[in-house]
Parts: sequence; structure tokens; C-alpha cells
Amino acid sequence: MLRVVLAEDAVLLRAGLAELLHRGGHVVVEAVGDGTGLARAVDDHRPDVVITDVRMPPGFRDEGLRAALELRARHRSLPVLVLSQYVATAYATQLLSGGGPGDGGLGYLLKDRVGEVAEFMDAVRRVAGGQTVIDPEVVRVLLAQQTAEKPLSRLTPREREVLTLMAEGLNNQSIARRLTVTEASVVKHSGNIFMKLDVDPTEGNRRVLAVLAHLRGEEA
Amino acid sequence: MSTAKGPGGPGGPDTAVREALARRPRRFLFSLWPLLCWAHLLSGTLFGLGVLLALTVLVSLGAILSVLGVGLLLLVCTALLGVPVAAVERHRLRLVAPVAIADPYERPQDGTAWHRLRHRLTQRATWRELGYAALLAIVFAGAGLGVLVLLVLSAILVSVPVLVWALAPEAVMVIPGHAIPSPWAAVPFTLVGLAGVALSAYAAGWLTWAQVRIAWLLLSPRQDETSRHVVELTRSRARLADAFEAERRRIERDLHDGAQQQLVALTMTLGLAEFELGDAHPEAAALIGRGRAEARRALDQLRDLVRGIHPQVLTDHGLAAAVAEIALRTPLEVTVGIDLPNRLPGPVETTAYFTVAEALANATKHSGAGRIEISGRLDRDRLVLVVTDDGMGGADPSKGTGLSGLADRLAILRGRLTVASPVGGPTRVRVEVPCSA
Repeated sequence: MLRVVLAEDAVLLRAGLAELLHRGGHVVVEAVGDGTGLARAVDDHRPDVVITDVRMPPGFRDEGLRAALELRARHRSLPVLVLSQYVATAYATQLLSGGGPGDGGLGYLLKDRVGEVAEFMDAVRRVAGGQTVIDPEVVRVLLAQQTAEKPLSRLTPREREVLTLMAEGLNNQSIARRLTVTEASVVKHSGNIFMKLDVDPTEGNRRVLAVLAHLRGEEA
Repeated sequence: MSTAKGPGGPGGPDTAVREALARRPRRFLFSLWPLLCWAHLLSGTLFGLGVLLALTVLVSLGAILSVLGVGLLLLVCTALLGVPVAAVERHRLRLVAPVAIADPYERPQDGTAWHRLRHRLTQRATWRELGYAALLAIVFAGAGLGVLVLLVLSAILVSVPVLVWALAPEAVMVIPGHAIPSPWAAVPFTLVGLAGVALSAYAAGWLTWAQVRIAWLLLSPRQDETSRHVVELTRSRARLADAFEAERRRIERDLHDGAQQQLVALTMTLGLAEFELGDAHPEAAALIGRGRAEARRALDQLRDLVRGIHPQVLTDHGLAAAVAEIALRTPLEVTVGIDLPNRLPGPVETTAYFTVAEALANATKHSGAGRIEISGRLDRDRLVLVVTDDGMGGADPSKGTGLSGLADRLAILRGRLTVASPVGGPTRVRVEVPCSA
């Protein structure tokens, strides 16, 4: 059971998400409709995980994301799952940058994912457990951009699969389960991937960030 | 547009008469011009006398009745008399002037009759038109009458020999007391008459020229009125563009708050139903799963639509991030190098973004390019964006409304779009927009 603070301005979705989490066995300690409410609720309840919409009042821009980033600056171990109507890699990098070892989990998901109840619940648990979750759509867009000239073409199909799941934030254990291989072989694949892409091997959030940065064509 | 030129400049309406007058006398006198000028003077004199009558009646009645209040109304009518007179004159002058004189009056957008009247009376053009009407009624009608009398008298002198021959010798007297003995003796009078006709033709010509020139001075739009017009047009165009932009944002907001939320809620409910059913009814669960997938496709389409209207990432993160995002979605290799020190004004960002989007779409669809390079920087106060592809070139920006529409939007921001696309490539689309408000 997780204690959740929920921030979503659309009443319909707020109620729906609360119901969803309730049925998943979690407790929504407070549901709020804007960024300031979110900050106060977190101070009041010290939840296990925060789930917030990107776009919220008063400006209906990225107030939710900003509030989440400010919360993270104050409570580094607070797990935050950000839901967005759009995938933009800019949001994902903004959210992930500045993370360090010992930080709480981070997630960035398209809002539609809540319809896939089992996967959404899994994502909530993973974020609460300190892992990173990146929406598969972000990874898909990033991978689709890669062309023949990029080092990515040197990866084997299996390594590509592993890279995709790494970018989505799965740890080696989860990747092994998803691909039904041993964890040792995942470790071997990831070592090859880092070597071929010339990325420093790291773990956790930093690994996701490094992979995403590489896919975005930036220096990690 | 003739309105941009000053009076008397090359191509002004008085040029034709002046050129005719500058010809050799024989070429002027034996052309159609004397007839045109006389006709112009005759019509002008008659009209001018009519205006004189109207002015006299209106002013005197107005002065007399002003004690009753009705007179004030008549005086207002007098002030407005120049308006119809000027309208008639603009048409009448076409007889001798090849270039039409434009109406300087700026029509108010709406308002009651009272507003329109007040607007009319505050326009300087109205008072210049009244001045012209007075000039026409007094000076031009008088001078025209003089020239026409000269013409008639000269014509009579010319026809003296015929008269003498037709009536009887010794029956016609031009100078009192001296009867003309024979048609031959009347020939000197004919010569004097012919000289009079020639003089009248020249007088009519010069008078016509003066009248066209004065009409051009008084009845055409002044330079400041023209430029005020341009300023107003530019402002209204910018207002339209702003309204258009606001409307796009509103549509995006409405879609986000309405249809998108409903669809997300729908997938959520369907997801819950699927979850609750579990393995109990596999067929029902499969149907719900299908429904959920359909709702997701609808959401995907809606997202693409919204991105085309006004992308959220542009609002939140600015031009560089939004262009990087669209580059990621382009199925070609796109290098983005946009280096901007700060966020740009909203309209600049939006227009620049859609120009890049259009250029990318064109490169993908038509050019056969493999690589695209986008560079952007701030050159003092101007955003300079260049999109270059290595395709086959030969793109014609005048075909298709995409880029030309964007060129129009850029023009509103005083920016410009240049497309260089030689056959064989490369195609280079360059956007320059000033960023000062």
C-alpha cells in the first residue's frame, strides 16, 4: 500500500485516478488541483509518491512539472510521477536532469497509460521504489530518429531491445524478466551497448539520463 | 496607385493637358484638345454657376433662418456641399485627365448617421472640398464664362463674310456706323476672329490645366492621409493576426480541456473494467481491450491535430525545444543548432516554428533529401533561421499555399522569408524576423 498525493486539475480525471489507485490498493491522502496545493499537501502528508499532471492552473503551462521540480529540490528522496497529455523529450530531460544517487524515483508517462491499468500500477510501484520510468512513446520517437549513420546501427537486435527498455527506465532485473533472459546476460548486453555507443556505464536514473541524452544526440 | 505621387509630378492628372499645350501651335490647335478643353470649361461653368446658386441660397437662407434653428441645419448642409461637388468633379475631370483623382475620405467602420456626420465634419478633406466648390463657383465659373464669350464672339467674327454674303452688302456692321460693303471686305474680321478662336483655345487649355492642378491639390488624398491609412491598415492586419493566434490557442485549450480529458477518462474507465473482469470473461475483456485501443488511437490523432494547431512544448520551452521535438518526428536526419540567449516574443516563436515545420514537411515530401540542417541565432535584434536540405532543389515557393501563407504571416511581423532552391539543390529556406515589439 502506498500513500499518494495526487495533483490534477480536471475533476473527471482526478476522480478517475483516485478510484484507480484505490482499487490498486493504495491510499490517496489528498487530491489537489494546482501546484501550490501540491506543495502544501506534500508538506502536510509526506506521501510515498506524488502523481502530478504537467499542465495546471493558473497558467495552464507546465506548472505541475515546475511544482514537481521544486518539490524534488526540497525533498530529494520524494518519488514523483509526472503525467502529460503530450510526450516531449524536453520535459523528460528537464525532469531527469540534476538527479543523483540516492534520489527518489522519477516517472514521466503519457496520460493515456492510465488506461493500461496493470502497467500503470507497475509504473507507480517502480517510481515509489526509487526507479525511473520513461514513457515508451518518448523512447520510440528517439529511436525512430536514429539513422544508418549513427552508432546505433552497430547494435544487435537484442541489444536494441535492451537499450529500449533501459531508456524506459527498467533496471537489469526487470529487463531480464521482460525479455525472459538471465540478469547476467542483460549485464553483458548493457556493457556492449555502452561500449558501442561510447557512453559511460552508470546505474539507476543516471543510466536512463545518459541513454536518453545519447539518443537525443547530445553529450551525456 | 496614383495617390502616392505629389501634385504635378510625372504621371499626375495634369500632365496630359500640359503636354498638349507644349506642342507646336498647329499640332495643338488642330488636335482634339481645344474641343475637349472647351467642353470641359462649358460643363464646368454651368456646373459652377449651379453650385454658386446653391451656395447663395443655402448661405442666405441659413443666415436668415439661423434664429429659428433650422438655419443651422442649412449651414451644416452648406459645409457638406463640397462633398457631392467634389464627387462630381472627380468624374468630370476624367474628360481631360487620364489619371483619376482618388477620394481621400476615410470612412468610419460603423456608427450612427450622427457619428458619420461628425466624422465627416472633422475631416480636413471635407473643408478642402468646400473650398474647391467655392473656387469652382466663383473663379472658374467666371473665368470659364470669359473664355467661352471670347470663343462665341470670335466665331461670329469668323463667320462675318458668310453673313454679309447671305444677307446683303452694306447690311452688316461690326464696328458701329461702318457697314461692310462686300464679303471680301469682311475678310480682315475673319482673320481677327480666327486669332480670337486660337486665343480662346489656348486660354481654355491653360484654364483647364490650372483647374486640374488645383483639383489635384485640393481633392486628392494628402501624403499624411495616405500614410495614416497605411498605418491603420498595418495595425488592423496585426490585430487580425493576433486574433487568429488567440483563436488557435483557444481551440487548443478547448480540445485539451474537453475532448482529450473525456477520452483519457474513457480509456481509464475501460481499463478499470478490464481489470475488474480479470480472467472471468475473456471475450468481454478482449472487447473492452479493443475499445480501449480505439480510444487511444483517437487520442493519438487528437494529439497530432493539437500539435499542428499550437504545440504545448513551444509555449513551455520555446522555439529551440519545439524545433528539436519536431526534428525528432521527421523521418530524415535532422541536425538542429538553435542558439538563443532568451525566449522570443510569442508571435515570433509561433511563426518561426510553423515556418520550420512547413520547410521540414516540404523537404520530407518533395525534395528527396536525406539530411536537413536547421540553424538559428539572434543577429542583434533579428532572429535568423535557416533550414537547408540536400535534396534535388527546384522548389517553387509560389506554388502551394504553405510557404506563401507563412511569408504573409512573417510580413506582419516585418520579417521575411527567402527560398533559394536551384535545380539540383540544395534548398535553403531563410527566415528573418525582428524581435523588438
